[in-house]
Amino acid sequence: MRRLVLSTASLALILGAAACASKPDPVDNSASQVSDTGNTNTGPVRESDIETPNRVIDSGPAAGSLEDFRVNVGDRVYFNLDQYRLDADDQAVLQRQAAWLENYPNVRILVAGNADERGTREYNLALGERRASVVRDYLVNLGVSQSRIDTVSYGKERPIAPESNEAAWAMNRNAFTQIMGGPSS
Amino acid sequence: MMKSIAAYLFAALVAVIPAATAQVTVNISEGTLKPTPIAIPVFEAEGADRQLATDITSVIQNDLLSTGLFEITPQSAFIQRDLSINTQPRFADWKIIQTDALVVGEVDRVTIEGVEFIRASVRLWDVYGEEVMRLEGQAGRRFTAKPEDWRRIAHKIADTIYARLTGEDPYFDSRIVYVAETGPKDDRTKRLAIMDSDGANVKYLTSGTFTVLTPRFSPSNQQITYMSFENNRPRVYLFDIQSGRQEVLGNFQSMTFAPRFSRDGQSVLLTQAVNGNSDIYLRDLVTQSTRRLTDHPAIDTSPSMSPNGRQIVFNSDRGGSPQLYVMNTDGSPLTCPSGGRDTACRITFGSGRYSTPVWSPRGDLIAFTKQSRGRFSIGVIGTDGEGERVLTESYLDEGPEWSPNGRVITFFRERAPGAGPQLWSVDLTGRNLRQIPTPTQASDPAWSPLLN
Repeated sequence: MRRLVLSTASLALILGAAACASKPDPVDNSASQVSDTGNTNTGPVRESDIETPNRVIDSGPAAGSLEDFRVNVGDRVYFNLDQYRLDADDQAVLQRQAAWLENYPNVRILVAGNADERGTREYNLALGERRASVVRDYLVNLGVSQSRIDTVSYGKERPIAPESNEAAWAMNRNAFTQIMGGPSS
Repeated sequence: MMKSIAAYLFAALVAVIPAATAQVTVNISEGTLKPTPIAIPVFEAEGADRQLATDITSVIQNDLLSTGLFEITPQSAFIQRDLSINTQPRFADWKIIQTDALVVGEVDRVTIEGVEFIRASVRLWDVYGEEVMRLEGQAGRRFTAKPEDWRRIAHKIADTIYARLTGEDPYFDSRIVYVAETGPKDDRTKRLAIMDSDGANVKYLTSGTFTVLTPRFSPSNQQITYMSFENNRPRVYLFDIQSGRQEVLGNFQSMTFAPRFSRDGQSVLLTQAVNGNSDIYLRDLVTQSTRRLTDHPAIDTSPSMSPNGRQIVFNSDRGGSPQLYVMNTDGSPLTCPSGGRDTACRITFGSGRYSTPVWSPRGDLIAFTKQSRGRFSIGVIGTDGEGERVLTESYLDEGPEWSPNGRVITFFRERAPGAGPQLWSVDLTGRNLRQIPTPTQASDPAWSPLLN
């Protein structure tokens, strides 16, 4: 029963999408009206672009891109309440970060330490700085030059999960490795 | 920008009337299960100044009401309607409506060297004692100010009445600096703002381009120290109120935060975090020298100096969780209340985590934020760790700061998850808890000293 409902919904989505794709975009009409009034710089819409799309092969983020770092390496490690120790998962992420940084030696990073909202501002600034420093020290031990790493603490001022519950607080206790100065490739 | 009005504001004698000892007193320490009834009829004025007189009277009433110590007798109950500042009231008319104290005032204008000023005169009567209550030794007071500073006149009058009836130092004519917060939680704009102690006259001091936190006043009233993330380099700054100029304090090589002026205004206590370790430093503003006060692998932060300058209370997790510690400013060992001699003595042993200690201007108490069983509280404790009292509790109560007279604490509260922070105040009894209205959500309030 549930399956049937789902597939009906999917069908509706597909039909809807198809209908949309086959309809001319009203915005395009108004755009061509604008060019009719004498804007010679923009040519008419070339339909051939739509009829023969290039094949898109999703091979994931380009190697060395910010997206590559975020998706394939991991840009955040998470901490337990009041803690700044790196567990095995964190260490695995940081080992991938160090390896990636070895491949792209021109990249600089900013490690930002964050805390959840269940502490006072000033204490959390200190705690965030501790977390950022622990990550930096770990990366340096893996051979990343200290001169490539800056650290900052945002305390509890920059939560990534805005909710107020255990899951959100766990997300917000982190150290975020931000690529600075543009990755080379 | 904010011109000094002190130069234009002075008190003068209205008239000298011989007065015996007055009888109305308000006991502030025990709190008020029964507030003292006080009548404050609208001040007398002529013509267009009647609105001004109404506004001034209203500010005075609100100030006194906000203490929780007074009950304002409603105008509808008044029997005598022909009061004048220069004649004795008919005491029987005020006794019968059970008013203990009566404030009589008038507002007019005066031109001094071609500049127009407003002037408010006030007299305080002890209804049951049937006599005038002397104010600063005089039978009445008169305050003069530029028309735009009319609220300050009202605060000064409220201060005078409060001080006379409670025996406490005044605090209404003061300002509060705070962090104005706007935008979603994960992309918050935080600006410095300043306002009168009752929430009026809000002005923004920074644009919001950079996050700013924890502003605190200097004892001179002219400077604010705060933390800013300008250029992603979190540092302690000084802000000059008169000129609007901002400068980084010192040349620290890494993050500095948690700043607070010493009570003499000559130096700023702050925290520097170096390679994952936060310790406390003292920056001398005159000699431009820096002295390190703690050297411990644990987090040491949130320092606050005692009024006599000899000791510092701070937050440290050296015992495993954030707790309050007291040390000598010169670093010498001290005898701890819990026994033994050490360079720092832990003073909190209750269940929970303690942080943001702030030494009272009277020297006898330390205010703190406490976390216990998933809730946050504001409380006070003796400097020897005795007599802990919790005054408030909510989802998040944080960052206590003292009123200039050490009788009221302001802090910020997020009453429920996601509700956003607002400014509140509570008196030392914990009974008088009030929200201070602000145009936006707000945090990190800090009181200025009393204005001149």
